[in-house]
Amino acid sequence: MVKDNQKFTNQHRFNYERRNVWTGVLFGLGVVAFIDETVFHQLLHWHHFYDKSTTDIGLVSDGLFHAFSWFATIGSSFMLADLHRRHAFWFKKWLGGIFIGGGAFQLYDGTIQHKVMNLHQIRYGVDILPYDAIWNVLALAMIIVGFILLRGSKGEERDTEKRGLNVHGPSAS
Amino acid sequence: MYMVHPHHDGNELIGQILLTLPFVLALFLYVYAVILTQRRYQKQWPIYRIVFWFTGIICTAVSVIGPLAQLAVVDFRAHMVTHLLLGMLAPLLLVLATPMTLILRTLPVSKARMVTRILKSRPLRILSNPLVAALLNVGGLWLLYTTDLYMLMHQNLAVHILVHMHVFLIGYLFTISIIYIDLTPHRTSFIFRSVVLLMALAGHAILSKYIYANPPAGIIKSQAEIGGMLMYYGGDAIEILLIVILCYQWFKSTKPREGLLQKQIISQ
Repeated sequence: MVKDNQKFTNQHRFNYERRNVWTGVLFGLGVVAFIDETVFHQLLHWHHFYDKSTTDIGLVSDGLFHAFSWFATIGSSFMLADLHRRHAFWFKKWLGGIFIGGGAFQLYDGTIQHKVMNLHQIRYGVDILPYDAIWNVLALAMIIVGFILLRGSKGEERDTEKRGLNVHGPSAS
Repeated sequence: MYMVHPHHDGNELIGQILLTLPFVLALFLYVYAVILTQRRYQKQWPIYRIVFWFTGIICTAVSVIGPLAQLAVVDFRAHMVTHLLLGMLAPLLLVLATPMTLILRTLPVSKARMVTRILKSRPLRILSNPLVAALLNVGGLWLLYTTDLYMLMHQNLAVHILVHMHVFLIGYLFTISIIYIDLTPHRTSFIFRSVVLLMALAGHAILSKYIYANPPAGIIKSQAEIGGMLMYYGGDAIEILLIVILCYQWFKSTKPREGLLQKQIISQ
């Protein structure tokens, strides 16, 4: 009975496939930015608020992403609630989106913001190379995991089609 | 070295009183309007709205009169706290008290019509456009902290009053242009407001770090650094409230119709 209900509640998800991914991407971006701020700025004090070598474009980029990450976290939470309300939540698509969004932001932060724009470094007074390597490899790994999850969820779609369920919802019928 | 000279004591007091008067007046008018409305409609005006109005007015008052306002003249950190209170938190609280709705409910019909006509007028339509309000808001701040205006503000009483009224009024204008809580005759789409809010938040964050790195004329470095960080993180706290309200309003507006959802479920 419960199982039936569960299948029932998410049956509109095929109409909202892309929105599930985007909701995840925005949330992932926000979460990584949040971890960056709390862990690396506030708890470890590795990152600096401002670094004398920060370029002007670095300040602009930091401001934009800072604002965007708050917006993305809050906005995507409401989008998630909206997907549930429409019985359209798709866990794998959403999770895949989170990994891609989080990884993409971390890669941008680790390459463009830290290295090209000199916003600040990961840590000061140490050999920075291993830090940079781990940071960016982790970012790439997250992106790859995200795409694998999205590919995996394609299977769910085919299964449903095979079983003859209405994939496109009532609008197409 | 410190180069900002506060005004003479007498002048300073006059400035403080002049800045406080409009807010005290607003407080009494609001209470008076609540009493009138309740008498007319026999219905309680929401208590939480009255609380919002009082806390909003208190936020404005502590930033223009009393110990904090006095300290703000010589201490940039205190100044930044008053800036956050007067330009961001107070406007939000006051908007949540929906004064325009209250005014229209209280006034007799003919006068209420006149007020709506003014609200619908072209100048107000332009001013309450999110993009215009954001440019006036963030642009004004850049002007204040990157030119000699900040120093002039502490030397000239008229400039002092004008800057503070500007910070408050534009903060209020920006808030009503982004979130639709009070009466809103000129509406724009969620996407447009989100993009404008995003740009304004970014402009605010960039300016905070710019102040940290380049202290305004007459401000010592250590104070500019703390002031910049206060602006960056303090701004965040209030901006989050704005974003949550905006997103919640989107969430409510995009609610699928019950009937439609039922039909979809039955048809499958």
